[in-house]
Amino acid sequence: MKTTLTVNGRSHQVEHDARRTLLDTIRDDLGLPGTKKGCDHGQCGACTILLNGERVNSCLCLTAMHDGDDITTIEGIGSPDRLSALQKAFVEKDGYQCGYCTPGQIMSATAMLREVSEGAPSYVSGDLDGAALTDAEMAERMSGNLCRCSAYPLIREAILMASEAET
Amino acid sequence: MKDHFTMDEPQPRVLDETKQGVIGTPMDRPDGARKVSGTAGYAADHKVEGMAHGVLVRATISRGRVTDIGRASVMDLDGVIEVVTDPRMTRNPAQGMAGEAPVQPGDDVHYHGQPIAVVVAETFEAARDAAQRLVVTYRKEDAASDPDATPDTEVGDPETAGDFDAAWAKADVRLDRTYTTPSQVSAAMEPHAAIAEWTDGRVELRSSLQMVRFNKAELADTLGIDADRVRILSPFVGGGFGSKLGLGPEAVAAAIASEKLGRPVRVVMSRQNVFDAVLRRSETRQRVRLGASKDGQLLALSHDDRVSNLDGEGFAEPVSQASQFLYRADGLSFTQTVARIAATPAGSVRAPGEAVGMVALEAAMDELADELGVDPVELRLNNLPDTHPMDGRAFSTRRLADCLQDGAARFGWADRWTRGTRREGDWLIGMGVASAARSNMLVKSAARVRLQGDRAVVETDMTDIGTGTYAILSQIAGEMLGLSPDRVDVRLGDSDLPGASGSGGSFGASSAGSATFLAAKRIRRDIARKLGCPEDALTLQNGRARGDNREADLSELIDQELVGEAEIEAGKTDESHFSAGFGAHFAEVAVNEWTGEVRVRRMLAVMSMGRILNEKTARSQALGGMIWGIGTALTEEVQSDARDGHVVTRDLANYHVPSHADVPGDMQVVFLEERDDWANPIQTKGIGELGISGAGAAVINAISHATGHRTYDCPALPDRVISSLAP
Ligand code: FES
Ligand code: FES
Repeated sequence: MKTTLTVNGRSHQVEHDARRTLLDTIRDDLGLPGTKKGCDHGQCGACTILLNGERVNSCLCLTAMHDGDDITTIEGIGSPDRLSALQKAFVEKDGYQCGYCTPGQIMSATAMLREVSEGAPSYVSGDLDGAALTDAEMAERMSGNLCRCSAYPLIREAILMASEAET
Repeated sequence: MKDHFTMDEPQPRVLDETKQGVIGTPMDRPDGARKVSGTAGYAADHKVEGMAHGVLVRATISRGRVTDIGRASVMDLDGVIEVVTDPRMTRNPAQGMAGEAPVQPGDDVHYHGQPIAVVVAETFEAARDAAQRLVVTYRKEDAASDPDATPDTEVGDPETAGDFDAAWAKADVRLDRTYTTPSQVSAAMEPHAAIAEWTDGRVELRSSLQMVRFNKAELADTLGIDADRVRILSPFVGGGFGSKLGLGPEAVAAAIASEKLGRPVRVVMSRQNVFDAVLRRSETRQRVRLGASKDGQLLALSHDDRVSNLDGEGFAEPVSQASQFLYRADGLSFTQTVARIAATPAGSVRAPGEAVGMVALEAAMDELADELGVDPVELRLNNLPDTHPMDGRAFSTRRLADCLQDGAARFGWADRWTRGTRREGDWLIGMGVASAARSNMLVKSAARVRLQGDRAVVETDMTDIGTGTYAILSQIAGEMLGLSPDRVDVRLGDSDLPGASGSGGSFGASSAGSATFLAAKRIRRDIARKLGCPEDALTLQNGRARGDNREADLSELIDQELVGEAEIEAGKTDESHFSAGFGAHFAEVAVNEWTGEVRVRRMLAVMSMGRILNEKTARSQALGGMIWGIGTALTEEVQSDARDGHVVTRDLANYHVPSHADVPGDMQVVFLEERDDWANPIQTKGIGELGISGAGAAVINAISHATGHRTYDCPALPDRVISSLAP
């Protein structure tokens, strides 16, 4: 079957198996392997992308259900010689080790910072009016992204650094 | 010509004399920009023209034989190319540093989850579908899969020093406790993956592997071909932790399928495959006996353990490894029992031995301190041995006492309250301590350095599994050649390059780093000759050579490429001196009185682990280990069905690696300055595993300090904590 997607600002028509996930479409059909597969079951967050601006696990999305949707992947956030503030902060803070969960962490954090700035509350927020970007807020909001290298404290330092750089 | 160096005597501290000043600095990783932009190429990321997709099929019996693989049941499905079986296929990954084929079981099934075929199709979806539909016929046999119940056990000879029984009889205070830890897995975020392609009788394998030199030999032996017909590429590895030490069944399946079908084949394990067919850490049952005099001197120390593995695997979790050198006693005794079961085989997972053995030893030390009424830090300080308690070797360097004291001061240990007396609302608060120790090794390793003007290239088949190899080798070569590390390119993970130790056992940085150091040192000799000064008068800094009142820019002095290649291996210092990293872990936890939930509030590790090559990547390694300690103490547990050994918790929703919310922001690491002249010429020790060794015990001890009660089974899940509270 055929689906049209806009990925990192470019429109693509892909011909695919009905069972194909957005993750495999992005990685294998569109040649954008920056988005990673850690579990294929929505349990690790390595495959996080922005779907119409919201963070989702692309392994849980069937390509066929996303005709006309707008997608941003890690490649759309920045390239090695033009890194985003968040990407730079991950390098400076060593917010990774093996790097495999990293694109997912960065995509998730990109959306998370926007969610916080828009006042969306989390489970640990004191009230429903949102919260400041404390370590506890970040830990809660980023918990869908596993990192077996366990760079967690440094990932959160990097996110905080990037958020301060932007404000 | 390759320089060969054997570590026979203590080495001068050359890296303290050189002038570039980049060793130890917290330099960013040179591979960082690629990792954060998604352009670092991991094994499965490569797209090869004409590539077919393979999915492994797992056995659903625990012992027996495949009588019909059921090819006909799927060959009609759209896109299916072939169901590949082959007598050369392997039942599980090779053990670390095997260098030869793992067991090749043919049609026999040895455990539930064993890969028995690979279904290859035009698309991943078709291959997955067919692999699930395949109707396999078996002849089943009985086998024991319960590690506690199997009658098939091998009891080792006790390893002893002094007379344990006599010392035990003399003790005023005796502690005899049994601890258990469950099976655990590495669960690297990148699932095992391979792409194989044959050209002119030579196979090129892209796979996620930690030890390329050994993996090349393993693939050649498995396929029955000469090693020079094998090339392995593993430039980026999405985490290993031991699980990718040896060549995996997915790589063998890809190589065989590709050979048979005459086209490139990619095989990526599903996460469930990884749980089923990758080596796990054995569960352990550990009996620790500590006997002490009233004044807190250890007299008797025994640590016996029972672990399991599948027949044919030589590996047994070396549970009591650290217990054999951490403390002194008049009598020491260690006995291991290995239970043979039909279940996913066991192998190395981060810090085999110490990771789980120290949980028991250090929890027992904590309880002994309580019984004696002495501070747990004091008890440890009072029982440090002068020499290796088992074999009498001198310690090379050991700053364990400094780590304990410095850590206690930084953590506010003096303010620690009486056990079970501090509460904040529903939360009981406690602090715990544990020693950290992990033996240090040097493994044969080669590297080549090329100097072209004022640019250098380091070449070795060493891997970077997240440990920071790209960073530290560019720092070592840069330091030795007087170049900024950004003028040094590091090429890794290619079996055509000089063979290194690989990444494992925390010996990678020391071994491959020393080889790089020696290769660069050889080039210094050539530079000195060109400049016309003796080697020891040569100073290299920022691309400029100086010596004996002569000076020149390297870019002008070096008119043709200078090449240095060197190989290092362990020697006599290993026989005379025992080298290990040491440290102290501190943890503060809050335990919910009603739910039994444990929250780690802060942790501190103070470590002495030889020369630090890169303060930033070293810290990351240490933190990672500490967080694995949290996983050991609180969350991680493989659950298997005792009837057939099949892994029940075979995904990341059921096997709980720590997540962001499990880890506090306040995680501190302090390195105490140290140089180990006996270890290697760059005075380093391993880092990647010291962080986990003892970390879980600090958390477990903090729980007991909070609640006033002990738990003996890891992980300390809420139900276990609650039942420990019951009167
Ligand atoms: S690959 Fe999608 S959540 Fe793990
Ligand atoms: S950096 Fe390796 S899993 Fe996160």
